[in-house]
This record gives sequence, C-alpha cells and structure tokens, in this order.
Amino acid sequence: MIAFESVGKTYPDGTVAVADFDLEIASHESVVLVGTSGSGKTTLMRMVNRMVDPTQGRVTIDGEDVAATDPVALRRSVGYVMQASGLLPHRTVLDNIATVPVLRGTGKAQAHERAAELMEVVGLEESMASRYPSQLSGGQQQRVGVARALAADPNILLMDEPFGAVDPIVRAELQTELLRLQRELRKTIVFVTHDIDEAFLVGDRVVILKPGGHIAQIGTPEQILAEPADDFVRSFVGADRAERRLHLQQVAGREVVVDASGRAAGVLEQGGTP
Amino acid sequence: MSWVSANLDTIAEQLLAHIAQALPAIVLAFVLALPIAKLANARGWLRGGLTGTAGLLYAIPSLPLFIVLPLMLGTSIRSPVNIVVALTIYGLALMVPSASEALRAVSRETLQAATAQGYAPWARFWRVELPLAGPALVAGLRVVVVSTVSLVTVGGVLGVPSLGMLFIDGFQRNITAEILTGIVLTAALALLLDALVVLGGRLALPWASGRAPRRRTAPRDTGQEAAR
Amino acid sequence: MIQLLEAFAWLADPTRWSGPDSIPVRLLEHLWYTLLGVGIAALIAVPVGLVVGHTHRGRGLTVALSGAARALPTLGLVTLFGLWFGIGLTAPVLAFVILAIPSLLAGAYSACEAVDARTVDAARAQGMTEWQILTRVEIPLGLPLLISGIRLASVQVVATVMLASYIGNGGLGRYIFLGLNLSDYPQMLAGSILVVALALVIDLALRLVERVAAPRGAARG
Repeated sequence: MIAFESVGKTYPDGTVAVADFDLEIASHESVVLVGTSGSGKTTLMRMVNRMVDPTQGRVTIDGEDVAATDPVALRRSVGYVMQASGLLPHRTVLDNIATVPVLRGTGKAQAHERAAELMEVVGLEESMASRYPSQLSGGQQQRVGVARALAADPNILLMDEPFGAVDPIVRAELQTELLRLQRELRKTIVFVTHDIDEAFLVGDRVVILKPGGHIAQIGTPEQILAEPADDFVRSFVGADRAERRLHLQQVAGREVVVDASGRAAGVLEQGGTP
Repeated sequence: MSWVSANLDTIAEQLLAHIAQALPAIVLAFVLALPIAKLANARGWLRGGLTGTAGLLYAIPSLPLFIVLPLMLGTSIRSPVNIVVALTIYGLALMVPSASEALRAVSRETLQAATAQGYAPWARFWRVELPLAGPALVAGLRVVVVSTVSLVTVGGVLGVPSLGMLFIDGFQRNITAEILTGIVLTAALALLLDALVVLGGRLALPWASGRAPRRRTAPRDTGQEAAR
Repeated sequence: MIQLLEAFAWLADPTRWSGPDSIPVRLLEHLWYTLLGVGIAALIAVPVGLVVGHTHRGRGLTVALSGAARALPTLGLVTLFGLWFGIGLTAPVLAFVILAIPSLLAGAYSACEAVDARTVDAARAQGMTEWQILTRVEIPLGLPLLISGIRLASVQVVATVMLASYIGNGGLGRYIFLGLNLSDYPQMLAGSILVVALALVIDLALRLVERVAAPRGAARG
C-alpha cells in the first residue's frame, strides 16, 4: 500500500507544485493521476521513489516512510517507466532491460536470461535483443521501457505518461498490452497521464487533479462519469461531449446505443456484464 | 613597477602595434567567414570539407605558419602583414565552422515563414537569418577575439613589434616587470575587446539579452531538476 | 621555393637522424613534454570538469576562469616562468599545465552536459548512484567530447613546447630558434615542417580515437 499523508511540495523559488495532498493506493490497485500540465501529477508520482522529496507531509509504502529509506535502494525496488522511454542509448535492448538486476548484483548471464524472458512478456521479438534503442520504433522503445521496469520484479510500477510519445494506433496497442500484463502480474501501479480516456481505460481508480495538486475528484471511472463532482470535472472528462452522452434506440428489435449527436456507438447486449 | 613608468612610450608603441595586427585579422576573419559559411551550407560536400580543413588548420602552431607564409606571400618574415594574414587564417579556422553552425541552427520554418510573407532572399538574409544566427555568431566571434589577441604576441620571437616584444626583451634582459606588463596588457586587451563584442551583441540583438544559445534540453517541468 | 627544397634537403641529411641533437631525440623530447603537460593537466582538470558537468554547480565560475586563462598569452607565461624558475622542467611544464587546463575542463564538463537530461533522469530513477550515473552513463556517452578536449589541449601544448625551446628547453622548436639566430631560413622551415607534422599527426590520431570512442547505438549530436 502506498499512502500520501498531507503531502506538499514548495520549490525554493516559492512555486507551490502540490499542497496538502492525501491519497491511499491499495496493493495490486492501479491508480491514475490525471490532470493538465502544472497539476503536480508527475511531482506526486516521483515522490514515491524519492525522485522528488516532499517539503511537507510524508509518503509511506506499506507503512514505512520513504524518507527513511536509501533512495538508491528504493528506486531499484520500484519500477519506473517514463515518457520517451529514457533508455540508455549506448546499451543494447538486453542490457537496458537488465539494468536494475545488474545494479543489484545479479550475474550478467542470469540478468540477461531474465531480460530475455521479459522481452517475451512485453511482446518483443528475440531478434531485437542486440539492437540499440535508436534502432527501435517508438512503440518498441516503450515496450523495452516496460520490460526494464519489470526486470527486478517490483511490487510497485510508476508510469509517467509512458505512451505519450507514440502515435494513437500504437498507443492503443500498448494500452491493451498493459491491461493484459496487469491482469497477469497484479502490480500496484501509479500511472500519470493528461489523457482522460487513457485514465479511464487503465485506472481502477482515477484521481483528477486541478493545478497545484488539488484533488478535484477521486473515484472509479464509472463513478466519475456518473457523478462528476463539479464543473471542472464535468468539463475535464467531457461529460457534456456528445460521445459521452449515450441513449438507447430500438432498431429492428434490438437496442442500439446512440450518442447525443445521433451517431451509433454499438449494440446493447442482453445480460452482458460490465 | 618603476620599469613601467620609465618605458611608457615603448609600451604604448607595442600596444598600438599589437592592436594594429589583431583588429584587422579579427574583422577580416569575421567578415570573410559569413559568405564562406553561407556558401558552404548550400553545398553539403563543401561544408564537410571546410569544417575538416578548418579543424586541421587550427591544429597547426602559429610560429611555423608565420615562418612558412612568407614563402607564399613574398613578404619578409618580420612583416606585420605576414602576421595579419596568418591570424586571419586562424580566425577563419575558428569562425567558419561556428558561423556555418550558427546559420544552420536558424529554424527552417522561420525562414520559410519569412519567405511566405514576402521577404526577398537578400532581405531575408539580412533581416531574418543573420539576426537569428546573431547570438551564436557573437559566441564564435568572442573565441576569435581572445585567441587572436593572444597569438599576436608569438610574432615577438621573430622581431615583429607587438606586446610579445615585451616578453622577448624582458626575458633577455631579465626584467620580470616587463614580462608581467606584457601579460597583463595582452589579457586586458583580449578581455576588453571581448567585452566590446558582448556589448555590441547586446545592442544589436536586444531580444537575445546576452544569453548564449543553450544546447542542453530543458529538464522536466517537475521534479528535482526544476528545483535547481 | 628554392628555400623549401633546401629545407627538405636539410631534413634528408642523414647526420640529422642520429646523435644527441638529432631529429628523433628532439621529437621524443617534444612528445615527452607534451605528454607530461597534458597528463598533469588532465589529472587536475578532468575530475573537476566531470564534477562540474555532473552537478551543474560552479559552471559559471569554470567558464569564466577558462575564458580568462585562454586570454593569457602563451609566450608570456613561458618567458615569465623561465625567468622565475630558470632552466629545467618546472618552468615549461607549469606553463603547459596552465594552458592545457581550459580545453580539458571544457571537454570534461561538456561531456557530461551533452548527455540528454532525460537519460540521466531515467538512470537515476532506475536506482543508479550518482557515481554510477557518472561512470556508466555520462562518461561513456560523453567520451568523444572528453577526448576532443584532450585533443585540443594536446595540440596547444605541442605549440607551447615549441615556444619553450626559446627559453632553452629541448624539443623541435630548437631548430626554429637556432635557424632564427643564424638567419638560416631553410633550417627554420625544416623545424616548422617537423612541428606541423607532429601537431597534425597528434590531431588526426586523437580524432581517430574520438571516432572509435563514440558509443555504438548513440547517434551523435
């Protein structure tokens, strides 16, 4: 479990990135922090592995204050996937994935073996192993980034707009893969994005942030859509957008779901479970 | 420092001779570098060749160049013209690659936007391309200024008048004050001309506010990097 | 052009290639001084430059100091130290070290700075210690720039070693100053040709090392 307790971050120049933030994230849960730039979402996420230290309050993992841990050891035990992958350009795919196990002292042969397994897990072909990051497509780089974060088998996975730099088709593919992985691995995931659709897709719970790290609403995607807390949330999730406002129409004896502008969204199946 | 007060005339004479060699070389190098760089940028092979040649030229020590040049120029080895030509060559070796880089760094989109708004090629070069390359050009010129002022002194060993003569004379006659005077004046002249270039740059390019172009990508908007 | 031929004749004279004042002896002296100067300067400047580049602290001061050091006239330092320390290694080596430091410093800190900030951030987030970031990420990726600093410093010290012959030190500059005293232009030319050749060989050799050191996979620029 990860807990943020009255956390705040004020930079030396007086900028307040986050103020008085509380949140609990259960084990095996995936929580998405979503907001525009300046909402402090990345700052909050980076507090978990001490890439940022809060100036007020504390962050705990399983009850232990992270401030009391060695940041280097902490970071090696927490997986981190970042935008544009952040792979080491001078290391091969296999070496990149093996980074953390090697840092932790695992033998190179063993680390490579594990890295090769992970390549399969994230859907990378074996032939990619000896390539350099610059020889990969954006989507492949992100897969390597995910494999690298999983290499030390961490309980916690931090994902900082991991699919922000790839084109929409590849992004959809990677999102689906992530959902599949999460069903198998059941990590505790903190995911940061500015894309509300991605947040609803990936998150068990979604935290919508206003500038300055203020929470506008926390809830499951269904709760947020059903009951937006205020106008900010309503406009952020696009609750008033035509494609969010669906109603049923009877066509040829079946119920067809149609959005507010009259476009057909799909057919309602009887007895379907969400 | 009694040596200084007793020899003000000599010092002034050598200082003037020094400036008379440094300034033409600096100006020539800057003025010639621009068209060469522009031409080079239009032809990929020429750019590669010129940058490579410039790098090698800069590796050649100055004294041998001072000695070899008269063979081609027909000047005397003690002629200031010889020194000016040699220093212009060094200046070009520094300035052509940095001018080429400065002009290349101007965004294509901006230039295309200027063309689209109706700038003729010549006007576009003077009013858009050159000012935008300005900060990087100033940075290049500063290196040329400091290097040239320092190199002029090497002519002293050949007997060409300059502050370098103070080193030679001071060494031979065992006068520390004379050498120190030469060092201080050379460094002061270099830093003064450098400051003038910076000032000129600020006046000509007020929007750049004296900042050198940054190569490093900006750190993320959040996290520790931003706090520094 | 006759003088150029005479210079080559001077170089081709077999008596110049053996004995205590022979070309190989002077060449080795020249190389030894260069190595000594660049080596000592590197021991000081490279660690400092790497720390500055890694921490981003003291960069302004380093740039200002290097700039000021570049404004110092080489010949002035050589003659001044010659007067102060007399004949021997101290005077010239001190001058070589001072003159080599700015290029080495600049090479070392730009080696760190040229590495993409996001790559460094990612390495830190994976749990690399600051030392590991420096040795496994910044130095390997910045190595060509570091070596380019060594190259510029070496070329400059080769030129300074030549000037140091003026205050009585060995090296290839001997021929130039001997020729100057005797008004023997072919000998000056021959000495010049030797120094230029040495400088170019060192420059090209280190350029080659720079290429080889470029990390595979990392596109430069």
